[in-house]
Amino acid sequence: MSDMIEAKHLVFRYPAEIGEDGKPAAQNEPILKDVSLSIERGSFTAILGHNGSGKSTFAKHINAILLPEEGTVLVDGMDTRDESKLFDIRQKAGMVFQNPDNQIVATIVEEDVAFAPENLGVEPQEIRRRVDEALHTVGMYEYRNHAPSQLSGGQKQRVAIAGVIAMQPDCIVLDEPTAMLDPQGREEVIETIHRLNREQGITIVLITHYMEEAAQADRVVVIDGGKVVLDDVPAKVFSQVDRMKALGLDVPQVTELAWELRQAGYDISPEIITEDACLAALERLLQM
Amino acid sequence: MLTDITIGQYFPGTSVIHRMDPRFKILSTLLFIITLFAGNSVWTLVIGGIFVCLMLALSRIPFGLIWKSIKPILPILVFTGILNLVFVGDDNVLWEWKFLKITMGGVHTSIFMIVRIVLLIVGSSLLTYTTSPILLTDAIESLMNPLKKVKFPVHEMAMMMSIALRFIPTLIEETDKIMSAQKARGATLDSGKMMDRIKALIPILVPLFVSAFRRAEELATAMECRCYRGGEGRTRLRQLRAEARDYVGFIISMLFMAASVAVNILL
Repeated sequence: MSDMIEAKHLVFRYPAEIGEDGKPAAQNEPILKDVSLSIERGSFTAILGHNGSGKSTFAKHINAILLPEEGTVLVDGMDTRDESKLFDIRQKAGMVFQNPDNQIVATIVEEDVAFAPENLGVEPQEIRRRVDEALHTVGMYEYRNHAPSQLSGGQKQRVAIAGVIAMQPDCIVLDEPTAMLDPQGREEVIETIHRLNREQGITIVLITHYMEEAAQADRVVVIDGGKVVLDDVPAKVFSQVDRMKALGLDVPQVTELAWELRQAGYDISPEIITEDACLAALERLLQM
Repeated sequence: MLTDITIGQYFPGTSVIHRMDPRFKILSTLLFIITLFAGNSVWTLVIGGIFVCLMLALSRIPFGLIWKSIKPILPILVFTGILNLVFVGDDNVLWEWKFLKITMGGVHTSIFMIVRIVLLIVGSSLLTYTTSPILLTDAIESLMNPLKKVKFPVHEMAMMMSIALRFIPTLIEETDKIMSAQKARGATLDSGKMMDRIKALIPILVPLFVSAFRRAEELATAMECRCYRGGEGRTRLRQLRAEARDYVGFIISMLFMAASVAVNILL
């Protein structure tokens, strides 16, 4: 079976703005320069990169909101440039955005979750079943008759996720879904997407700038200047503390602590990314 | 503050009127308004009054709410009353002072007009009190469906209405935030002359519009991501289905209207 998402030599630039003389200004620098990346089915991939690195632009290529200038993007074997497959691609690869307020369409929670299946022309009874199931999955079933404005940020974002699940996608791309949430809302959302990945085998692509969130993924991809610069398991990526800092990114606090200790001459593994592992390592260090 | 504003005036409930198919409710209300204005006999108002009172009793809407819907139009009522009192006249003069003349006919017309407007307001707010905005939108879309034949964008209009409803609270919240932000920078919004106050609104409206456009763009992308492609081939979670009791309800309202018309012709 093919990979869930396969990007080959992807190049993209935003169209040049129209200058004051009414002619397009000089061409923009490409925001994506030769990105090649394949994402396996059922995996949980985190994409990191500082502002303007092109990570969100890449995400928008996955469900054909943007089309590549050069190269190809295949979603479940379908080329995003194939217009006849547009809605199949969008149904396969759902997308959740940063601001929960700007992606909820309807005035009532369950109506919003029903939006995508309604667009797909699903039968009303089947829509009802999918809506209930999706709301149960994200733990928002009790709120099905609430207005979105009555919900907290984390709850709204879970409704947005339910709205995507109701399409029954194979893959969900989340573009900084926790950036506007408080710590509690953040936890709710991250917990929900991990559960979707674990229990339903949905492929997750999480774009984030919280290192702690990336540390929980199966794989971390770092994009900088429109190119993939690091691509490995979290422990291997974060252990390169110097490199990450040079890219303008942080590492999880525990990784940084271990790194500082190592610099000071202590024998501690550089690949510590979780608090538990850090605790164990420190304990061992103190006993020596 | 601003967040206290409620959208529409929906009063949730489970009465017969609440559960009636919103399409029939809209049709009944329209019919009611038409007969109210077409009839010139006092009996039109009597029958209309009985009809409204009956429906109010059935809907179990508290009396306070009805008063609330009449209150804003009190000035109009008073104005209409005075105008009719002064300018409508017949030979039966009751009171005269210089050019002012009040006649029996004027008193009649003025009372007639006031009662008519009150019935109109109470009758139509009965519709909005007992129907949620979302059902109203659905019903309007469904009722206007035949217009699709003449290429009228029915689905698009209903979609715009429901998105507008969805974003009212969001934009109110945003306005509140911008107002606080501008006040924190020393803007005075609620004092000064009329012109100053209007000018003070500019720094609130500009960011509000900018953010509304940004929201609109993001929402459009999010809708496309969820496979939105207009009304064609779209199904709905909530189907409007007329049941026997809806027809019965509609027939009852029709009977009332028919009685009103009959009375007008016969008397």
